Amino acid sequence: MSIRERFSGNEAVSIAIKQINPDVMAAFPITPSTEIPQYVSSYVANGEIDTEFVAVESEHSSMSACIGAQAAGARSMTATSSCGLALMWEMLYVAASLRLPITMPVVNRALSGPININNDHSDSMGARDTGWIQMYAENAQEAYDNMIQSVRIGEHKDVLLPVMTCQDGFITSHAVENINILETEKVKAFVGEYKAEKYLLNPEENISMGPYDISAYYMEHKYQQAVSMENAKRVIAEVASEFETLSGRKYDFIEEYKMDDADFAIVIIGSSAGTAKDAVDELRNEGIKAGLVKIRIFRPFPAEEIVKALKNVKVVGIMDKAEGYSNNGGPLGAEVKAALYGNVTGVKAVNFVYGLGGRDVKIESIKTVFEQLLEVDKTGKVPAHYQYLGLRK
Amino acid sequence: MNERIEIRWHGRGGQGAKTASLLLADVAFSQGLYVQGFPEYGPERMGAPITAYTRLSSNPIRVHSNIYEPDFVAVMDETLIGPVDVTSGLKEDGAIVVNTSKEPAEIAALLKGYKGKIYTVDAASISLATIGRNIPNTPMLAAVVKVSGAMDKEAFFDNMRNSFSHKFASKPEVVDGNMKALKMSMDGVNVYER
Repeated sequence: MSIRERFSGNEAVSIAIKQINPDVMAAFPITPSTEIPQYVSSYVANGEIDTEFVAVESEHSSMSACIGAQAAGARSMTATSSCGLALMWEMLYVAASLRLPITMPVVNRALSGPININNDHSDSMGARDTGWIQMYAENAQEAYDNMIQSVRIGEHKDVLLPVMTCQDGFITSHAVENINILETEKVKAFVGEYKAEKYLLNPEENISMGPYDISAYYMEHKYQQAVSMENAKRVIAEVASEFETLSGRKYDFIEEYKMDDADFAIVIIGSSAGTAKDAVDELRNEGIKAGLVKIRIFRPFPAEEIVKALKNVKVVGIMDKAEGYSNNGGPLGAEVKAALYGNVTGVKAVNFVYGLGGRDVKIESIKTVFEQLLEVDKTGKVPAHYQYLGLRK
Repeated sequence: MNERIEIRWHGRGGQGAKTASLLLADVAFSQGLYVQGFPEYGPERMGAPITAYTRLSSNPIRVHSNIYEPDFVAVMDETLIGPVDVTSGLKEDGAIVVNTSKEPAEIAALLKGYKGKIYTVDAASISLATIGRNIPNTPMLAAVVKVSGAMDKEAFFDNMRNSFSHKFASKPEVVDGNMKALKMSMDGVNVYER
């Protein structure tokens, strides 16, 4: 039995953290951080959880504190957004390479400048190569469910990698929506106790963490991280399957919506996937075989699943809520095209940059994307580089 | 109610438009509906125009965009009419509800292009008389519930009493004032039809 509730995305994730009751939460308590540390600090102050809350002076420090705590053997979390994530940069790599399964909700917002507080994916897309697992949510429900699963995924002995669970700033983080939450005891049983195999506070085994790694071994250690990221694919699927038994909610690397017979499809991440599903339904009513692929897991990148989903479409639109300044499209566009290369023939791909800095994405906006995909099919001409959606002229 | 009702709230920072959008979502949730309540975030501050939204539906809501063709518009501050295009996209079989002490016909004259129904309620006076402060969002919430027919009146009152009792647990005297504000507002809505 789940509990019917209504929460904002920030509250939903905070409730998940409360139910998990981590050992340590280290977070920067003001802007650019989110309401999540604020909620969690109030649970601690009210005695609802016994988490050690560490209020730090910057995000560089919050990640450093999490690294120290997790290395000591404590289940550690933080939460951040936008420039806060950017300030963690150096330490994100350290967390991943030390194989510390820290979990971190990220509320996706634009990076300065120009100064902007609204949603896009620039922050976490910039962190895509740090060695963290990345999960993305369409709504508050998925943000909650991903948060709970992230702990199990990261801490699995074949993975031991940090996980960031992303949701769209304001669009879901500050919108109150219906959500079903699990009973706290069920969440606790699902995530279990954290028992690190190697940890600094173990009196039986003296170890050193984070020493200098000479050129003779550095590459091997980076390779081990890559192997863990490969293992993560199996573990993410196993955890999702167990979570489905618990909650009745099914999760995969990608979500396919009306893809069985789709001629035209878009690949999209986050809250706009919901808007796009409504657009797909409208197009289907107009007789257009439209479909959608939503990315839930971006790291590890679900290349095989994407190829399988897209192999029979005529034209695909790949939607990036982040600029890459490569002159060749955004990060999702680059990776989807790379996945398709050599694996499918005849699928035309157009990359769109959309929704930067909170530019609202409407059902009509998504329909104009499909219009362009139909045009590509009709003329056979694929635009040379990439498109900006809804740009003011 | 219809399958889906979309409401846009216009207010000035500090008047509680965001709170009203969330309160309506909350009370509709308690009636078993699917809801979304969210403000538009930007560099707003006390007194600056702000917009908030509420979606109510008998089916799950997937769309995550602002509302451009609302069924109902609530204006917390009549001075926003003009500087803000409050009837933009408003459906003509819907309605606009304005907090004002003016006659509905006077407001109608300001909303020249709009052919739908215009409702007014003196939320400021009601709020001053019942709560002792000018916080128009509670009376405006009641007016919107009445005008939209989004839910049963009695069920709305019951839910609001519960919610106020919870919110003002340490000052129960505030609960009665707020409940009185809701009832006065429901009775005090005036209508203008072209």
